Amino acid sequence: MANPAPQAMNTKPATPPQGRFGRLLHNIVRYRVLLLMLLPTSIIFFINCYIPMFGLFIAFKNINYIDGIMGSPWAGLDNFRFLFATSDALRVTINTVGYNVVFIISGLILSVSLAIAINEVRNKLASKFFQTVMIMPNFLSMVVVSFIVYAFLHPEYGFLVKHILPMFGYSSVNAYMHPNAWPYILWITKMWHSIGIGSVIYLAAITGISEELYEAAVMDGASKWQQITKITLPLLTPIMVILTILNMGGIFRSDFGLFYHVTLDSGALRSTTDVIDTYVYRGLIQLNDLGMSSAANFYQSVVGFFLVIGANALARKLNRDTALF
Amino acid sequence: MTTASRSNPYTKGSTTAQIILNVFFIAFSLACILPIVLIVAISLTNEKALTLQGYKFWPDHIDASAYQYLFKHSETLVKAYGVSLTVTLIGTVLAVLLIALYAYPLYRKDFPFKKTFNFYLLITMLFSGGLVPFYLLYVNYLDLKDSLVALILPGLSNAFYIFITRTFFQQTIPEEMIESGKLDGASEWRIFFQLVLPISLPVLATIGLFTTLMYWNDWFNSMLFINDTNKFSLQYVMIQMIRQAEFFKTQLAGTGVALMVQESVPTESLRMAMVVLSIGPILFIYPFFQKYFTKGLTIGAIKG
Repeated sequence: MANPAPQAMNTKPATPPQGRFGRLLHNIVRYRVLLLMLLPTSIIFFINCYIPMFGLFIAFKNINYIDGIMGSPWAGLDNFRFLFATSDALRVTINTVGYNVVFIISGLILSVSLAIAINEVRNKLASKFFQTVMIMPNFLSMVVVSFIVYAFLHPEYGFLVKHILPMFGYSSVNAYMHPNAWPYILWITKMWHSIGIGSVIYLAAITGISEELYEAAVMDGASKWQQITKITLPLLTPIMVILTILNMGGIFRSDFGLFYHVTLDSGALRSTTDVIDTYVYRGLIQLNDLGMSSAANFYQSVVGFFLVIGANALARKLNRDTALF
Repeated sequence: MTTASRSNPYTKGSTTAQIILNVFFIAFSLACILPIVLIVAISLTNEKALTLQGYKFWPDHIDASAYQYLFKHSETLVKAYGVSLTVTLIGTVLAVLLIALYAYPLYRKDFPFKKTFNFYLLITMLFSGGLVPFYLLYVNYLDLKDSLVALILPGLSNAFYIFITRTFFQQTIPEEMIESGKLDGASEWRIFFQLVLPISLPVLATIGLFTTLMYWNDWFNSMLFINDTNKFSLQYVMIQMIRQAEFFKTQLAGTGVALMVQESVPTESLRMAMVVLSIGPILFIYPFFQKYFTKGLTIGAIKG
């Protein structure tokens, strides 16, 4: 700053600033240190989030590496025509949305139920122990999880394949060749990985509920069940709604690792395990088909945008306070 | 874990209900833990026993030859550990500092640009440009292929953690404290580093744990940007190992280590030993952070 105002000037400006622009300038100078604190993170967000948003237009270009991104010729809607001419677009959309809807609903129900249940465990030490263990799976990366699933399903040595399935008369099943089994396998894997941490988040909210509410309810003769349905659940609703809105916005995005690593990227499973994210990734990295992958990417981002707006509007309708914006 | 389970003095839950609850949670805890135990058991089983009997939860006799093999040919392992550790340490320190620096002005009631900068973050939470533009930006414009920066930079922008941190400031740091600091003539930087940060240890530890895990467990950016085998992180080496059983052999051949042609590689147990070594550090740091964990985790963090 060329003209650092002395400390005394900061609290009482000698001449009050005139007009909007004057006030803005005055505030910038006055709060220059705080603005400086915001600067580095703002720049990083600009690089990681904002520039890619502006980069969505490449879906309308016929990208080639020689001309670069700006220099490549415009392709109009050609990329989209190619994408939607194949059956791929429909398949990956159905898979993505289907898995996400099931994951969001079952994740919500299971996490909240577990949180309420663990809140009822009276022994403090036991409760602490359960919580600690429940969070563990979430600390493992999807790569590690893929090894765990592999340890159960290995076509020759897997624990399930070798020791459990033979009891039911199946021998040497190669799960990595049977697409129909995977919705169940992926659901179990995803729940194992995420409901523990989810329930701890809800539990934090439950312990924040005022003790007096429950005391008053007990005085009025409320049963445990009534306490849960009349106090706990209504007070958890705002958090449930907010987290669900955020999840709704991600309904076109998937847990990439789950669908890519846990399935070992097996070609035989594509019909039930290929989602938009894996499709875009393969198009970009493995096939180098920029046109197709950028079109799918655009489709994913834009639909996601409208879903967020829609989910938020719905939340506003239900209850003004729970909406995000 | 600071979450107390509330024992309500006014309700006498029946003992039967308590027993059922506890039995259920013991079973659930086992379901969370046993799959990890299976991995450890496989890594400690003799390769021959594996091919004969398949994977089991309890090896007939413990055989650590997979680990011996890993330590004997430790080049790949040491390099991968080095990459993972470097990225995790630098990334975590930077991320926590940047998050706190951004969250602090948002907490200050007198800061006139609060709304603008809140909004700037919210947008990034809701909308994204997706993978393709992100990839092209990093590779073509920032030229970050095969650079560790490409593994660190993406993790530095997490709006959610900033909101959590800001909310924590609002709930624990009284305005008067900042005011009195100012009256004493402390500069903004001094207030931030000497008053605000020390009080905020619980939330910083929570965020620190999350970012540590995120960097340690990250494989996606390696898949996108890294081709140079010297810069493979642990997670990425594991990906290679599950895709190609002979990965370790080819790696060693590449490093010029004279391989005994006859030397047998305990492939199956070796893979699992690698996994165990990669989750070891997580189990090691978790207890240190645990006591802050839910104290820092207030999720009423979203509304501005």
